[in-house]
Amino acid sequence: MVDRIAEIWGTRTPYARDELWPTRVDQVLAEGVDESDVERWVQSACVLCSNGCGIDIAVKDGTMVGVRGRSLDIVNHGRLGPKGLFASWQGVSNEDRLTVPLVRENGVLVESDWETAMQRIVTRSRNLLDDKGPLSHGFYTSGQLFLEEYYAQAIVAKAGIGTPHMDGNTRLCTATAAAAMKESFGSDGQPGSYVDIDECDAMFLFGHNMAESQTVLWMRVLDRIAGPDKPRIVCVDPRFTEVARQAEVHLPVRPGTNLALMHGLVRELFINGWIDQEYIDQHTMNVEQLRATVEPWTPEAVAETCGVEADDVRRAAEIFGTSERVLSTVLQGFYQSSQATASSCAVNNLHLLRGLLGKPGCGILQMNGQPTAQNNRECGADGDLSGFRNWENPEHVQQLVDLWNVDASIIPHWAPPTHAMQIFRYVEQGSIEFLWISATNPAVSMPQLSRIRDILSVDSVFLVVQDLYLTETAQYADVVLPAAAWGEKTGTFTNVNRTVHLSEKAVEPPGEARSDFDTFLDYSRRMGFTRLDGTPLLDWTGPEDAFAAWKECTRGRPCDYTGITYDKLRGGSGVQWPCNEEHPDGTVRLYRDGVFPTNPGYCESYGHDLLTGAPVGPESYQAVNPAGRAIFKTAPYHPAHETPDDDYPFRYTTGRTVYHLHTRTKTGRSPQLNGAAPDAWVEISARDAEAYEVAEGDIVRVESRRGHLTAPVRVSGIRDGSIFAPFHYGYWDEGGVPGGNYRAANELTITEWDPVSKQPILKNAAVRITKIADGTAASPAPTTTASRPVSTAGRGRGVLPTVGGPAAQAKETIAPVAPAMVVAEEEHS
Amino acid sequence: MKLPVYLSLLHTSEGTLAASLRQVSEGHGHEPDVHFICQILAAQCDVHQEALAPMLERFGEPGDDEPERLHVDGLSTTRSGPIGLLRDLQDLYLLASLVDITWAMIKQAAQGLRDAELLSIVTDCDGETAIQLRWLQTRMKQAAPQALILAG
Ligand code: SF4
Repeated sequence: MVDRIAEIWGTRTPYARDELWPTRVDQVLAEGVDESDVERWVQSACVLCSNGCGIDIAVKDGTMVGVRGRSLDIVNHGRLGPKGLFASWQGVSNEDRLTVPLVRENGVLVESDWETAMQRIVTRSRNLLDDKGPLSHGFYTSGQLFLEEYYAQAIVAKAGIGTPHMDGNTRLCTATAAAAMKESFGSDGQPGSYVDIDECDAMFLFGHNMAESQTVLWMRVLDRIAGPDKPRIVCVDPRFTEVARQAEVHLPVRPGTNLALMHGLVRELFINGWIDQEYIDQHTMNVEQLRATVEPWTPEAVAETCGVEADDVRRAAEIFGTSERVLSTVLQGFYQSSQATASSCAVNNLHLLRGLLGKPGCGILQMNGQPTAQNNRECGADGDLSGFRNWENPEHVQQLVDLWNVDASIIPHWAPPTHAMQIFRYVEQGSIEFLWISATNPAVSMPQLSRIRDILSVDSVFLVVQDLYLTETAQYADVVLPAAAWGEKTGTFTNVNRTVHLSEKAVEPPGEARSDFDTFLDYSRRMGFTRLDGTPLLDWTGPEDAFAAWKECTRGRPCDYTGITYDKLRGGSGVQWPCNEEHPDGTVRLYRDGVFPTNPGYCESYGHDLLTGAPVGPESYQAVNPAGRAIFKTAPYHPAHETPDDDYPFRYTTGRTVYHLHTRTKTGRSPQLNGAAPDAWVEISARDAEAYEVAEGDIVRVESRRGHLTAPVRVSGIRDGSIFAPFHYGYWDEGGVPGGNYRAANELTITEWDPVSKQPILKNAAVRITKIADGTAASPAPTTTASRPVSTAGRGRGVLPTVGGPAAQAKETIAPVAPAMVVAEEEHS
Repeated sequence: MKLPVYLSLLHTSEGTLAASLRQVSEGHGHEPDVHFICQILAAQCDVHQEALAPMLERFGEPGDDEPERLHVDGLSTTRSGPIGLLRDLQDLYLLASLVDITWAMIKQAAQGLRDAELLSIVTDCDGETAIQLRWLQTRMKQAAPQALILAG
């Protein structure tokens, strides 16, 4: 048994390049439950991050009593991380769950029934549609639902109501991944695959604290590092993360300066001739523009702007330029910072310059944050057209018209879909009067929370919230619908590397809670949405019907699901799309032939100017016709819009800890995880702590132009001049609203977004700090990860190591079976 | 030669556009994309003006018979609300269109003169103006349905 709060990544199983990652099956059962007590193991995959680990749910007496990793799964080879082990089941099997609908009566939410709740929703929705039309409706969706649910939601909004005001909280986590791939390759679709970790010689992690965000993926990296021919690691992150500790080169850039660094790395490839001219000539366009844009960015210029050593820039570039096989991963450090899309496209550019794509060990993983963010993007619950279709291409719109058999004019295609921040702006201005929020918690996760709280409480909006718990956001609702959780419903979802998993229903939902799928179908039926032939718009009886319909929607598109069935997903491992007649076992990595989906008739987007977000437009795109070539997209570096000054001298950045997901609605209800990271803290460097005369545990007020928070200090390895706050802590366990004591990181963040991906810039703001009280104990920050204290800190205040104790013991079984192989023939032929 | 008239027109128009962009940026601070991107576009106009300065010098001042009426006024104030935003963006669009077509005329002249220096200035700048127009147009297309149908 291993304490998996203390030992986050568990026991090492080292392996060498080109070997298969050994299996290790991780298992946790509730206290007092023995393996022989388990009545059934039900197949699923974990929904606590984008990694999508195959998982079996242990069921006894109709309840979930534990989990184990699926040994045969190509994603995790049996492993689970702390969140999967402790929160997946305890986060939903919980007495706090909503069990009946709530409706607002005389200003307070009271218990009700489905008939009353749905009737209220439908009455308001119908009246508004009749009086004001579809633009009065907005939907703010999730990264937590199943594919079938997103597809239902997308059809209801696009073909039932006809509103462009639909976006997901994926806008906050993964919009830039999608945008960067659309710009460079013509369509969304992850080029690389997790097996690239097994096969690479070097790994670059760009703003990606993989050790905390995708723990099982990091185990794979740690096992390579422990093996005989470890990959060379380069880490770009302002904090001294676990990734940084393992890195040969750590580039702790100033928050907000990523693009300058990327220009420097790209320039080094040109200058040193570390490029594949033949690949560039045959498979790309716009290389000269790229060369001209990066020209001023010498290592010294980068050092000046980013606050890193010029020689480290050279060393990093040398590793990229000379390693045979390079894998890059990108996440929020890039996606939620200034010039997000341009910086992320620069990663694509590095790989295109060397032709390091579509080959073993050579890949790009433009990561997702949430478990099912990928499906939100595919289905178009983020406002895009379903199946990676292009809203500017009339033929693509017509395909959906034919598929759904609806009037062509109903599908909103006259302007770009309305992104999340703009939807909230329209609510603020009173022109969206019906807002339906499902499975997300903007009252804690969006920027500038005082403004968001004001928006959620405007009188003109009728707010529907669908969730497992009475979240901070649900407190503002007019109707709250209790949702069935993971393990209480059946459906599919897809992880970062395109692996589709089936998640089966294991137990009944509590009380009257219903799956989101059933709720959307019910809404559509009650609203009377029909096809042209008069039949119901959604005539499905269950999720498998929806999956069949979705397959037709993807036929011939990059995310082709036509070869996948529920039965194919049962029993063994997940399958990577595209999976069709040509690739019956799925596809390990894309673009092996160097042909990209940039053909004007096929591409998902015609692209944008990365500095301003101005669209290229169909005419200009067709004029230069990329015809299957990838496009080098770039923009000049532009400093962040809010930078430190005399009043607000620190750069502020936000992020996660390994023990929590999002706003802790699930992880905060797991005793092991909550015990490991029970409350908020802020991080400051040792030098700054000394200058401000604060020590470990002292209480400080951190303040931006928009708000403040108070929290105890952890003196950590963060770079000088920067302050970090974790974004998980809101107010649901403190009475629901900030009662004078603010602790949410987003009280301080700025309302601003990337011009292309529209992803909010949550990782860059200017703040000041003031000490308000001496500490009485150490801060609650975990000691196991990036928030670990620096050795000189503590100063008499003992920081206890983070451990889980008896409750956090997990069983690890090493190599019970041979490792799973990716089934596609391309990999092992 | 009337080229100086057009160079001067362009120089002035870029300045008017820059000032108007800054005006809109300030006046619509609650629309963060408009606020920040208008600043970026205004800075581009400044650069265009600087690039033109040596040409004004080389080709000389326009004569007294300059057709003054070609000059347009910029925005002196901004409007408020969704319709106000739309109309302000539309005014910017008109100003940027004037800049755009003037660049096109200067380019014609530069080609006729086979003036490599002038031509290279045009090439550096006119693409950015085209992008400015596309940004304005898309932002207006996004705002128009909401503003024209629903805004109070
Ligand atoms: S890595 Fe992600 S998917 Fe896997 S167990 Fe942990 S939280 Fe779940």
